[in-house]
Amino acid sequence: MKTILYLFLGTIFGIIMYKSEAASWFRIYEMFNFASFHMYGIMGSAVAIGMIGVQFLKKKNYKAIDGSELSLQPKEKGISRYLLGGIIFGLGWGLAGACPGPMYTLAGVGYISILIVIAGAILGTFLYGLLRKKLPH
Amino acid sequence: MNWILEPWPWYIGGPAIAIFMLSLLIIGKQFGMSSNLRSLCSIGGGGKVADFFNFDWKAQRWNLTIMIGAAIGGFIAANYLSDNTVQINESLLPQLQEYGINSVGEAYLPTEIFALENLNLKNILILLGGGLLVGFGARYAGGCTSGHGISGLSNLQLPSLIAIVGFFIGGLVMVHLFYPLIF
Repeated sequence: MKTILYLFLGTIFGIIMYKSEAASWFRIYEMFNFASFHMYGIMGSAVAIGMIGVQFLKKKNYKAIDGSELSLQPKEKGISRYLLGGIIFGLGWGLAGACPGPMYTLAGVGYISILIVIAGAILGTFLYGLLRKKLPH
Repeated sequence: MNWILEPWPWYIGGPAIAIFMLSLLIIGKQFGMSSNLRSLCSIGGGGKVADFFNFDWKAQRWNLTIMIGAAIGGFIAANYLSDNTVQINESLLPQLQEYGINSVGEAYLPTEIFALENLNLKNILILLGGGLLVGFGARYAGGCTSGHGISGLSNLQLPSLIAIVGFFIGGLVMVHLFYPLIF
């Protein structure tokens, strides 16, 4: 039953990614050229509403439906991992024009070539796992 | 029924993402898509070579299910809800043409990079390299556009803000410094 719920929510997410064009290479390229408000509007309004929602749920001390605490793990403190990791991620985002959500959406659309991006992303994750202890965090 | 094929403006897409993230929160989960890449490494036996992949990926099955849903959503949207073209600011066309990309307004992704018939060594390297950087960077930074960009910022996490500054530094460097060298 829960699986169906997750599948349903995931499907909605995929439709949002595709229909809002956040999954389009062209929109990412346009964003990094500051040539349209579109992507900034998507992220800005998502964060603004998300922030209000999360702060409201926290203030009211709401629990998740199953009675557990809300899944809001604070991120560990630090700078280098976020900045360096972020820059590396951004280079890839700019190059492939896809981030880890839309990748799966585009695979579902039928783009065979996105499977190379996904394979690369899995490989990159694997390399991080191998090198993790040698990297500044 | 043409309106159904129209792309969504930002003020539909953005709030829809927020509602999706909040729905996950209410059912006890946290929105973050790149964690799935770690689970996939773990399923593939990565735990044998790196501790990082020795974790209970089965607890992440819900997220893998979301991932499969995201692919189904793409299939539905592309086949029934879209004309599969993307219009962007026309002032970018000359630059894109210089890069050999002429499919603006005719496709959802540039066919010059993503179409199967154009899959040459250069494109394979672009796609593989881009994916590699995304995967490595997302795990190094501990999240991607969803985990940091939406979940983290909504929860007022300073590390997420630092990561997003990084995302943009990286993206701007790629598009403005490296694109002229690559394309």
